[in-house]
Amino acid sequence: MPFGNTHNNFKLNYKNEEEFPDLTKHNNHMAKVLTKEIYAKLRDKQTPTGYTLDDVIQTGVDNPGHPFIMTVGCVAGDEESYEVFKDLFDPVICDRHGGYKATDKHKTDLNFENLKGGDDLDPNYVLSSRVRTGRSIKGYALPPHNSRGERRAVEKLSVEALNSLDGEFKGKYYPLKSMTDAEQEQLIADHFLFDKPVSPLLLAAGMARDWPDARGIWHNENKTFLVWVNEEDHLRVISMQKGGNMKEVFRRFCVGLNRIEEIFKKHNHGFMWNEHLGYVLTCPSNLGTGLRGGVHVKLPKLSEHPKFEEILTRLRLQKRGTGGVDTASVGGVFDISNADRLGSSEVEQVQCVVDGVKLMVEMEKKLEKGEAIDSLIPAQK
Amino acid sequence: MPFGNSHNKLKMNYTAEQEYPDLSQHNNHMAKVLTSEMYANLRDKETPSGFTLDDVIQTGVDNPGHPFIMTVGCVAGDEETYEVFKDLLDPVIEDRHGGYKPTDKHKTDLNPENLQGGDDLDPNYVLSSRVRTGRSIRGFCLPPHCSRGERRAIENLSVEALSSLEGELKGKYYALKNMTEEEQQQLIDDHFLFDKPVSPLLLASGMARDWPDARGIWHNDDKTFLVWVNEEDHLRVISMQKGGNMREVFTRFCTGLTTIEGLFKEKSHEFMWNEHLGFVLTCPSNLGTGLRAGVHVKLPNLSKNEKFGEVLKKLRLQKRGTGGVDTAAVGGVFDISNADRLGFSEVELVQMVVDGVGLLVEMEKRLEGGQSIDDLMPEQK
Repeated sequence: MPFGNTHNNFKLNYKNEEEFPDLTKHNNHMAKVLTKEIYAKLRDKQTPTGYTLDDVIQTGVDNPGHPFIMTVGCVAGDEESYEVFKDLFDPVICDRHGGYKATDKHKTDLNFENLKGGDDLDPNYVLSSRVRTGRSIKGYALPPHNSRGERRAVEKLSVEALNSLDGEFKGKYYPLKSMTDAEQEQLIADHFLFDKPVSPLLLAAGMARDWPDARGIWHNENKTFLVWVNEEDHLRVISMQKGGNMKEVFRRFCVGLNRIEEIFKKHNHGFMWNEHLGYVLTCPSNLGTGLRGGVHVKLPKLSEHPKFEEILTRLRLQKRGTGGVDTASVGGVFDISNADRLGSSEVEQVQCVVDGVKLMVEMEKKLEKGEAIDSLIPAQK
Repeated sequence: MPFGNSHNKLKMNYTAEQEYPDLSQHNNHMAKVLTSEMYANLRDKETPSGFTLDDVIQTGVDNPGHPFIMTVGCVAGDEETYEVFKDLLDPVIEDRHGGYKPTDKHKTDLNPENLQGGDDLDPNYVLSSRVRTGRSIRGFCLPPHCSRGERRAIENLSVEALSSLEGELKGKYYALKNMTEEEQQQLIDDHFLFDKPVSPLLLASGMARDWPDARGIWHNDDKTFLVWVNEEDHLRVISMQKGGNMREVFTRFCTGLTTIEGLFKEKSHEFMWNEHLGFVLTCPSNLGTGLRAGVHVKLPNLSKNEKFGEVLKKLRLQKRGTGGVDTAAVGGVFDISNADRLGFSEVELVQMVVDGVGLLVEMEKRLEGGQSIDDLMPEQK
């Protein structure tokens, strides 16, 4: 696999037109933004770890995209990628995150006390609640670019930090490469196990190199707080439980994250964060909060209503099937979560979910009784 | 995608042990050979185009291998790889190519007049005959490492050279990226079309980057001479026809190859070749002649004989199903080809196929007649 400094310099022997990718059949954010002029300007640059423009865009070149789904088509290899290649990333970020400008500031709010309500979503409709985010550890290259030594260092630090958690967070780490069959079965049954990526979007970015080395899953004894190590990001942090108490899920999420961050800071490795992009993650789509707060909720009638999509858009929510992104819903049960990541805080995004889902359950109940929901249709948030 | 010079230097901040891959579950040639001492010695090296040790071995790290099939687990990114990383590649080559030593010399013989017989394999049994090889164009990086500019330059050069072929070799180039539906269907029907690689062995080495840019298929009007551009190697050259006239297939193969080589030389480009490794190709398994000469032959009785495997071994032949490597035989029809690539000349290898298949057909006829084949058993070639 190429594209480091020597090979990048070698490529400069070829003209810009000769190296510029053919993006005529492409439909992703990178392809919309990357002109020959931008390519010419950025092609001789590299980040301090040696990440180059071709590294950033390879996944978008290899995966032209879909007429209906707009993929991002570029990734970061380290924290500095977003700075060195800002001429590409800024417009991609603006397009992906609803007009977020290069000068905008992002607010981080992980104080769960600022959330209003959220403990009373009707469990007859809301089957489960979950909040996830990602974190990158400062000073290490990201999954598309890191070496085995770096990945193992990230694993070691993470496991040390997680093993020092106690109380409701006391738990255990299961490295992918030395899992027993019994452990694997249990993790699958709990829906905790992650597998080697098969998506060409991820593979083309180099994230699956050296699999399963230094990858693993940590979870607390209660199985309500889960951390993935070295999958798509250094850390993916998940808080979840059955039923509709999103307040409790979010509380645990914030407390756990803050504890973990403190431990990393003690070792002089904070999380990658800045006041413009918030939390820095591998995929530009996850910048800001990196947060997806969602529920599995039964909405068989509302989902068939002609205004369902419009209601979701106004509430700044999105729907997915219960198998995750790009799956279909089964039995009228939907995964409903916040659509935004950047430009609003964690509390604000979870508030959207809490308020929005509450409203949709009300609508569902009305439709069950044969009543109209017109008076409940919200304004654009 | 990482592993260029800058990132390689950054990796030197980690000890060799921290970076050394975990090969404990692995069964491929690279894993058998690569000790942590060897890794320590080679990890700070790079070829002139910036290919590093981690680039060489990535495919073998990502694909542990199979208990029954011994994969190679390493690739070259340019001609110099075989020199800069000889400490790894020499033992791999020795293990893969029957004890071929670093001091051994390889003989190239593409003079079809040196082949004896081969024009009279019984077409009632031998359904088709085919010879293929690969060629790399000196001065360009190989498919795991080449940039778009390089790949396009190879395509341009190749198409120019092929377009000037005449007589029985006159033909046309079909670029993968602007093929019409009809052209695509025709090429599929002719069994000429190659697709984007799906094998994780190839994908992990980076060969599918930028697909289908600068990839294409050229064939002559008669459909007996075919060249793949920028698939697993710069060029794959194939001569084929129905029936058992291997002599004609080989003659066309040699004439075509020699003519193409002449055309490249006119433009001051040669094929990568040296007197130790013969023709230099991406995968160490294809060094030497890069040649696989084979037939599709009906051997329903012989293939059920207990001595079938032994006979093949003595004749230095291997069997495959008619779908190619790793497919099963259908209706007693086998793909029989030379097992060797390096240490024997092209003429010698095709002679083994011609003589060997002649003998196999004789054996088949004997068994059909209910007679014994014991007196026909060959010596080890």
